[in-house]
This record gives sequence, C-alpha cells and structure tokens, in this order.
Amino acid sequence: MDCVVTGGNVKVLAKAIHSLSRIGDELYLEPEDDGLALRSVNSSRSAYACFLFSPLFFSRYVVCIPLVSCVLTPVLLQCVQAVFRSLSSLDKTVEKCHIELVGEKSRLTFTLHCKHGLMKTHNLSFQDSESLQAVFDKDSCSNVLRAQPRLLVDTVLHFPPALEEVSLSVSGERVLFRNYVEEEPERAKAMLTELSLSSDEFEHFAVGAESSITFCLKELRGLLVFAESTGLPVSVHFDLPGSPVVLSVTDSVLEVNFVLATLSDDLNLPRSPPPADDFLNDDIDSYLIAMDTSELPGPSNAPAQRSNHRLEAQSPVANHRLESEEAEEEETGDTERPPNKKFRSLFFGSVCPTDSQLTNQTATSQEVLASDSEDDAQAASP
Amino acid sequence: MLLSTHSQTVDDNYVLVASLDNVRNLSNILKAITFKDHAIFNATPNGLKVTVEDSKCLQANAFIQAEIFQEFTIKEDSVGFQINLTVLLDCLTIFGGSTVAGVTTALRMCYNGYGYPLTLFLEEGGVVTVCKINTQEPEEPIDFEFCSTNVTNKVILQSESLKEAFSELDMTSEVLQITMSPSQPYFRLSTFGNSGNAHYDYPKDSDMMELFQCSKTQTNRYRMSLLKPSTKALALSCKVSVRTDSRGFLSLQYLVRNDDGQICFVEYYCCPDEEAEEEY
Repeated sequence: MDCVVTGGNVKVLAKAIHSLSRIGDELYLEPEDDGLALRSVNSSRSAYACFLFSPLFFSRYVVCIPLVSCVLTPVLLQCVQAVFRSLSSLDKTVEKCHIELVGEKSRLTFTLHCKHGLMKTHNLSFQDSESLQAVFDKDSCSNVLRAQPRLLVDTVLHFPPALEEVSLSVSGERVLFRNYVEEEPERAKAMLTELSLSSDEFEHFAVGAESSITFCLKELRGLLVFAESTGLPVSVHFDLPGSPVVLSVTDSVLEVNFVLATLSDDLNLPRSPPPADDFLNDDIDSYLIAMDTSELPGPSNAPAQRSNHRLEAQSPVANHRLESEEAEEEETGDTERPPNKKFRSLFFGSVCPTDSQLTNQTATSQEVLASDSEDDAQAASP
Repeated sequence: MLLSTHSQTVDDNYVLVASLDNVRNLSNILKAITFKDHAIFNATPNGLKVTVEDSKCLQANAFIQAEIFQEFTIKEDSVGFQINLTVLLDCLTIFGGSTVAGVTTALRMCYNGYGYPLTLFLEEGGVVTVCKINTQEPEEPIDFEFCSTNVTNKVILQSESLKEAFSELDMTSEVLQITMSPSQPYFRLSTFGNSGNAHYDYPKDSDMMELFQCSKTQTNRYRMSLLKPSTKALALSCKVSVRTDSRGFLSLQYLVRNDDGQICFVEYYCCPDEEAEEEY
C-alpha cells in the first residue's frame, strides 16, 4: 500500500491513531480496496474500534494485491504515536505524510514532509496478521440516535472521570443517561446522576423499542474526543441490552465505528443481585472473546461467582462475516492487566478461547487450539 | 553593594574575582554542561572556561567572556581548579532561581589560588549567603585536536528545528548517526531503535539552514548516551554549528543568549563510535 495524506487530514489521521491506542494496545493497519482501515480491540474484547478512511481521504491511495494486514504491537504502536506526537502543532508543521506498506519486506514507512524542508522518515518492521473485524450490523438496530458531539460531550461531563459504566435509556421522547452502580450496598451510598435529554435535542431520534443499555463510558469518551475535533455528528445504534452498541461518526471520506459491549439484560435491572465478583483474581483468558460469533461458549471452570454473567451471541450477519480472531492473544494473567480495565462482564460475542502467547508471535496461523478447561468462560444462564 | 563592602579589605588575596548582577548569566550556562559531577575551571583575562568530560570520549566547554561579568579581575595569566559542579550549581541557585521580574541574585566569586576553596557571595533582597567550595587539582582537559583546517563538513542551523528532531529521537537506539554530504540527503540524523530506524533530513536550502559547507560525504555514528546531555545546551541556544573533521570527530557549537541578551558559547566534542561501521 502506498498512500499520501496532506494538510489537515494528517491531524485527523493522528487523532484516529491516538483514539485507537486508547482502546487497545495494538493497532491493526489494513489497507483494503475501499480504503485504509485502522482497527483496535481491547484486551477483554468488549470494545472494538474501526476507522475506515476512503481513498478520497488521501491525495494518493494505491493498494497492492495481495492485501496485507499488519498489526502494530505495543512497541511499534508507541513508535507510530511518537511519529504523530504533538498533535497541536501537527497541522502547522507537517505538510504531507506518506505511508508505505511493503508486504514482502514487512516494512511500514512513514515519511513526514514538514515545514522548512525538514523530512522525517520512520521505517518500522511490522508483523503480518489476520484481519481484525467485528461482526455487527448497525443498520438492523431498532434504536438510532444522532447528535452533535457537543451534546454528548456536555452530557458525559456531568459524570465523574472515574466512572466506568453509564446507562443509556430511551423511551418515547426522552433519552436518559445514568451512571451505573451495580452492587446493592453501593447503590445506597453512591451518588446517582441522571441526565434527561429530549428527543428534539437530537438530529435524529428513532426509537423502535424502549430499551436501556449499559456500556463503558471510557470508550464513549474516546470517540467523543475524536468526533468533537472533526465536528461530525455521532450516531448511536443499539438494540436490547446484551447486544452491542455501535457509535459511529461518518462523513464522505471517513467512517468510524466504535462497537461496545453492553451489559446483558438480567444485570441491567436496578435491583439485580450483586455479582460479587473479584476481578483481581480472574483469569484473563476467561474473558477473551473471539470475533467469531457463531460459537456459543461452553461450560467452564471459571469461578462460580460469575454465574450471573451471561454471554450473549450476536446473531451473525451474512454480509459481515467475521474473520477468525487474530493471532496474538497475549494476556498472560491478571498481573499484567491494567487496573482500569476492570469493567466486567461486557461481551458482544461468544468466547472462543485461544492459545495465550506473548506479543512476539509472528505466526499467521489462525488455528484455534482446543481450549483447556481453564480458558473456557462461564456460560451458565440465569 | 553589600558584597563589595564586605570583601574590600581582603581583595588583595584573591587571584580571581568575578561579579555578576544576575547569577543566572552563569548558572544557566553551567546547567547546559552538567552531566558529570566534576568540572575543570580555567580563567584567563579573556574570561571563564568550564570543562566537563565523559569517559574520554566527550567534552563539553562553556565560555563566559570577561565582558559578561560586571567585574572580572584576574592576577595571573591562567587560573585553574577542579570543582564539584553539582555543588557549585546548588550554591549558585541557593535562592531558588526565581524569575520574578526585577529580582535577581547577585554573585561575587572569589578564589585565593591553589589549594584555597572557591568562595561565593550570593545576595538577594538584602540576604547574603556565603559558600565555600573545596577545589581540587585541575586535570588537563583532553585535547581533541579538532582544528578548523581539518573540518570537512560544516553546517549552521537554527536551533528551533534541531530541538524538534532531538526531542523525537528514538532513545532505544544506541547510536546517533550523522550524515553530511554535498548531495542528498545533505544533513541527516538517523537512529536505529528496537522497532526500526528513523531519519531526519535537513535540505541544504532549508530556511533553517544558515550555512551549508559540505565538501565530502561523511557518515559517522556517535553513542546516543554521550550526545544526550547536549540537548540541554541545544535547548538554551538559538543557533548551532555542526562540524565534522576528517577523523569523524564531531564538534557542536551552541550560541546561547543569556538573560541580558549577551552571547555565550557552549561546545561539545564527541568521538565517533568505532564499533560498527556499516551503512543503513
């Protein structure tokens, strides 16, 4: 792949990379016929983001067959972020950015043409990878809201930065945002915040079925930061609890989709019994979710306390057939897990445990090894 | 005022007396070469030269001309001593180095000669601090034998653009490779880090390039760890000259303007890294 980004679009690309790096610590760079896709997924597979830049975004876009996907491991991603650091001055200093992906040499090159004739060239060696795609069909969602990013930014402003999950409810002509507090004892002591927006604050308000979904606020904020900088409206597509919510931002040259898992139904009731889960001891592997949604989770030996977390399988959609999950499943244990990824039991696909390997894996085989009992996730239905 | 009346009676004993109304005109420059504890001071009627060396491969010199000082009296042709630079800087900034407008710390630096400590009188707002720092036998600074006649390539750049490049340098690279050539890429900084290599190219006709005199294509590598301290000098400077000689030795000269707009110089000399010479 060979493409050139000019002017203000360099900053947009840089913001996309920064947004994605907040989702997961690996970035998938996938040149396709219909554009360049940048994708990422978080370690618990409960949040996925995809930025698809159409060929028109670029002043030059050439894709070579066979298509090559590359994954930027955390180290490489840091390098790429360093290439695009100092966002504020990027549009003043960088005139043109040339990105070249040479499959045969596993080389990814960023060349930035800057002011004063300065040219910065970064040559990185990447790893081949399978494509990362999630199965979702936002067009089939019964509820669709669309608003200017400012509205949503102002809304989430009222929630504390540390808040993990937020609930969004629609009914009739109103949209309610509430902070999500699970455990019974906490509910009595916690401050509950609720914001109500009327349907006329939205550019588009289509509610097919009254619903209340709960999802991770951090990822929503991540998208809003990007949306605000572009000034494009944000669409929210969702269905029933348990089905993923799709947040998207689109314009003629760019399509951004954030797919977030939502808490499944039984947990959404205000007085559901507390899950009493101790995530510090959980085996990370149990939470790994494959993108292949046709598989339903099998029984597992995961701690019994997670019994009330149910895995929901999204009904597969023919035109978004999922590729098998990518090679690296590098979670090696909760000791490496960053504390803020504790939000629990949000799934949007079935669990298909894979072999845990460290990030240096270069194999492109997509063999899903038979899971040993420790890796299976709990699937007990309530 | 306070300082001069205090020391008037003992002036005769000093071989070197230097005074500054604003101690920052000395301390800021010294900060640009503080990467080792010890520094060699050499004072001549022309001014003060402070030298810091690292593993016989790197040498940094700060020059503060006599004209910078409000008073600079020297009784010998050359006065030299070695001193702990970290301690000296701590003393020079003992009043906290505040940048409140109109408030400066005054300095009077006195040296009695061989074997005597360096005495510092610092005054701010009527408060006087006296510091005496032990001195040692000065070592002879390394002579890198870098002379202008041997210079093969020279460029002078505005520091602004180099600052950007240096702040982005891949620190996982053990070396910094500098290529200077009369043809493409003209002036190139390269790093070879964990995930790949990076190049920063400055064309000869860039408006950041004030002087471009390259006669021969040369590529040399220098240990990143040795050059890293030079970024402090770069940060202070407005212009930098980069020269390499026929042996590949590197000379970086930084033009620094102090608080009063006066010019001082800092220079770094660095040996090329001999280990690996393959081109990328």
